[in-house]
Amino acid sequence: MNQMTAISTLTRPTASGKQAASVEFRNVTKRYGSVTAVDDVSFTIEPGQLVTLLGPSGCGKTTTLRMIAGLEMVSAGQILIGGRDVTNLSAADRDVSMVFQSYALFPHMSVLENVAYGPSVQGASKKDAQAMAMEKLALVGLTGLEKRAPSELSGGQQQRVAVARALVLEPQVLLFDEPLSNLDAKLRRRVREDIRELQQNLNLTVAYVTHDQEEALAVSDRIIVMSNSRIAQTGTPRELYEEPADLFVADFIGDANILNGTVVELAGPRAHVQIDRLEIDLPHRGVMQGPVKLAVRPDAVLLNEGAAGPGEVSGQVKKASYLGTQIEYEVASPMGELFVVQYGRREPIAPGTAVSISLDRQRGVAIVPGA
Amino acid sequence: MSRATLGWIVLGWIGYALLPWYGLDGAASSLGDYFVGRSGLVHGLTGAWWLLPILLPLVMGLRPAFAGSGESDGTWLIASGLLGLALVILQGFAIGMNGWTFEVLKVLFGEPGPRQDGIGYGATLTLTAFLIVLCHGFAARGWCRGDAFVTSSIGVVIALIIVFVFFPVSTILASAFADNDGNFAPAEFAAKFTDQSIWGLDCLTSNLRCGVAWNTLFLGVLVAFGTTALGLAFALIATRTAFRYKKLLRVMSVLPIITPPFVIGLALILLFGRSGALSAVLWDWFGIPRSRWIYGLPGIFIAQLLAFTPIAFLVLIGVVQGISPTLEEASQTLRAKSWTTFMTITLPLMRPGLANAFLLGFVESLADFGNPLVLGGNYEVLSTKIFFAVVGAQQDQGRAAVLSIILLAFTLGAFWLQHAWLGKKVYTTVTGKGDAGIPLPLPRRVAAASYLTAIPWALFTLVVYTIIVVGGFVRSMGRDYTPTLDHLLTAFRIENTEWGLHFSGSAWDSFFATVKVAALAAPLTAAVGLLTAYLLTRQRFSGQRAFEFGTLLSFAIPGTVVGVSYILAFNVPPIEITGTGFILVMCFVFRNMPVGVRAGIATLSQIDKSLDEASLTLGARSATTMRRVVLPLLRPAVVASLVYSFVRAMTAVSAVIFLVTAEYNMATTYIVGRVEAGEFGLAIAYSTVLILVMLLAIVMIQLAVGERRLGRRSAAANAAPVAVQAVP
Repeated sequence: MNQMTAISTLTRPTASGKQAASVEFRNVTKRYGSVTAVDDVSFTIEPGQLVTLLGPSGCGKTTTLRMIAGLEMVSAGQILIGGRDVTNLSAADRDVSMVFQSYALFPHMSVLENVAYGPSVQGASKKDAQAMAMEKLALVGLTGLEKRAPSELSGGQQQRVAVARALVLEPQVLLFDEPLSNLDAKLRRRVREDIRELQQNLNLTVAYVTHDQEEALAVSDRIIVMSNSRIAQTGTPRELYEEPADLFVADFIGDANILNGTVVELAGPRAHVQIDRLEIDLPHRGVMQGPVKLAVRPDAVLLNEGAAGPGEVSGQVKKASYLGTQIEYEVASPMGELFVVQYGRREPIAPGTAVSISLDRQRGVAIVPGA
Repeated sequence: MSRATLGWIVLGWIGYALLPWYGLDGAASSLGDYFVGRSGLVHGLTGAWWLLPILLPLVMGLRPAFAGSGESDGTWLIASGLLGLALVILQGFAIGMNGWTFEVLKVLFGEPGPRQDGIGYGATLTLTAFLIVLCHGFAARGWCRGDAFVTSSIGVVIALIIVFVFFPVSTILASAFADNDGNFAPAEFAAKFTDQSIWGLDCLTSNLRCGVAWNTLFLGVLVAFGTTALGLAFALIATRTAFRYKKLLRVMSVLPIITPPFVIGLALILLFGRSGALSAVLWDWFGIPRSRWIYGLPGIFIAQLLAFTPIAFLVLIGVVQGISPTLEEASQTLRAKSWTTFMTITLPLMRPGLANAFLLGFVESLADFGNPLVLGGNYEVLSTKIFFAVVGAQQDQGRAAVLSIILLAFTLGAFWLQHAWLGKKVYTTVTGKGDAGIPLPLPRRVAAASYLTAIPWALFTLVVYTIIVVGGFVRSMGRDYTPTLDHLLTAFRIENTEWGLHFSGSAWDSFFATVKVAALAAPLTAAVGLLTAYLLTRQRFSGQRAFEFGTLLSFAIPGTVVGVSYILAFNVPPIEITGTGFILVMCFVFRNMPVGVRAGIATLSQIDKSLDEASLTLGARSATTMRRVVLPLLRPAVVASLVYSFVRAMTAVSAVIFLVTAEYNMATTYIVGRVEAGEFGLAIAYSTVLILVMLLAIVMIQLAVGERRLGRRSAAANAAPVAVQAVP
């Protein structure tokens, strides 16, 4: 059955190929002199999943990716690929390919030679290597351009050559290092969808580094958020957005208003929280009674013109920006300055207007534990 | 355990059990006798008992091969390599040609003890095998990302530098502190070091000569000033004026590079000597008597100015071009006149470049040997004094060593100054952004000064080179200008005898030897230099700074010092290679390698590191990556280092003059010999031929290495932006 779908989609050219493998980090640390780039990191990437390493620059995500590839060696800990310990294996001995941020296409070789490089250094005959290369070039839709030099292609095409080159050895694990950073905004959306589709059709294990949280949310099965050389949180995109583990994640994934509240009562899995004059029931996420911090998404703050009723807080609109699909407000309130986004076709509220503020009770508000 | 590791262990056994352990040449009665009969193993069993312990590490190396356990393989390899290296080196140094070499051993075991010759092919192979096995062991332990090629390369380069740079230098240090019997004698060192002939200041107070150290320093400072001033004038003209013959300036700047260093001195003799062309004219027309004024400080000074001004020019042209014109425009919009702008903006920005050119001129003058030898007369400098201490009647190696140390201290001091003072102060004003500014035209005063110094000097250079071309083809410069091919024929006669062509000219032997040595040294130099550059830019390992210092150190050592140190170090076992062509090749490789390193580093740092990494993740090992990705992109650096090392091997004289033998006489030393014998015509004809051969070689290297690249460059010319991107 699986075979059938593979053939019917016509995107998987060979029914053979190796099984996708898992990637496991066990307490991995990487130090450069006195600087610790990755600090005691453990995680597992399940076979066939696309996992994103997300974080601000300098958080250790690229180093982590390069340690999977074998381009950096761990200072302590263990790396397993497909259950096999590869900690001391060099990059050439690992069944892993990588798409580089700069694409790293060899400028002295044609597109075809670039893609055929992998098989040819593995000892395949020139004919076989080129056949394999042509197959992957067809897969990424570049048939007919194989004689060109990399510099004669557009940025998007260069990127697809880089992907074809990484796929040609049918690696157990495929790595992407900020693959979209050199593309313009329009192209990014399309290419990231192409990458996701390719990954799902070929059932590849993919590790993907980015600093763009929207990109991460769009393509990932799971996201590993890194901050200061450590993992801040791991989870599905939805878990990260709706249940951030700490203030950093809450702020980094999407925008969030961080508000102070008080847990007044715990009832089973839920907590009754008071924020100024607002009251709300939320999953308690392990917090005790007492002061607590909450992450409130900008679209979970509801504004209404007019005076505040019971259970509402009054505020005043400071700024309003009209952005087409949404309107963004800065609102002064007793809870602090709020960043509010309104979707849907509503009349903009003019700056200076007094508003009543309430919270969406269904979603967009979460208690942040450990803060 | 990889097959490469096993291969090296087997090679280690071959070196020990099959190849002759001692002596680099030597005939044997039969092939079997040559191979097995003189191996380390047989020697060990027949008396040379100290060779037997080497079996132990060889067996240890085999353990991971037959009972490999994975985990401890690396440890076994490291242990085998370390023990092997230690045993071979220890026995090599402990037992010399005349028995024990250490006093302790003499006392313990009685004199004279066993004796042995220098190491041969077998011992060299075994040593190399131990070294590589050790490096493979480190790789198995995860060093350098587990890459055996990288660890082995590092190991080999370090070993070569230790053997051919640090070992000779430390030998010269040691022999400076020893008397002629090899005993430690600090008092003798102090006496030699403070000798009046080195540090005397008599010339200030009386008519006597000053010490040789002061002479050297004085000449160095004079030449440094002169070359910097002239170089600056040329650089300003080339970049900031509408001078019509700029291309000619460029050509003139290349000429001295392919001119053997003493040829200029020779041309000066032919011009200004007692029977020189110009002297003759002056006597005939103006009645100015012929004199020997050219021999001594004036001669050396002029010759070195001619020889080293182009270097200052090349340094300064880069500096002048590097000054952002926008800065000068900014100054002008603030209403500074062009003279003020030049004095307050342009010149101060050039200061580091000027200092750099000054120090280079100083160092070059100190290291120069050919011109002082030819023109020195009674003006002695350190480099010639060292030479005469070794080859002259005195035969005083200790004195040569002391003088070498002083010269080495001067040059290293100059390099240290340059590094400490300029290292952090380079006012590079070229940025990645385009600079739309137009350079300021030179203020009239500066332009006039530049033209007035540069143009006469350029004409003078032209005259000197004309002499070089003409001098070889007239009967006798200054006396008889009848054109003749006699000199050329004496040197390069080919006779068509009945048993084939016979190269009967007197210069053929040295010519062939020179070409052979240069042709061997050039690819080796390029290989070692570029490999080192690759390790320095592409790999990270502990001790990298020290590694870099070691590779560049040999550049700072004056040739004369290298020559003396090689004689002292390689004249006795365990490494006994004086008199062979091999020592000449190695001398050139390590003197010229730093240029290959620099060229390689410059090119490699423009190539995105992720190209290598992409190749690695595609399953290519470092060696394959090097061959298929790095080398094709390195072609300009390959050409540069091949050309440079070939040319330097053809023109060098200072280090070589100590190392040549009858069999391996080099062209330059042969020419110097002719000059000393007064055969100027022959000498200069030979020099002309050398210059032509070098030009030919440069063109051939360009064609051989550069050709392939042209075909694809048309397409790849724009590829640079892809390749030149910052690593994230």
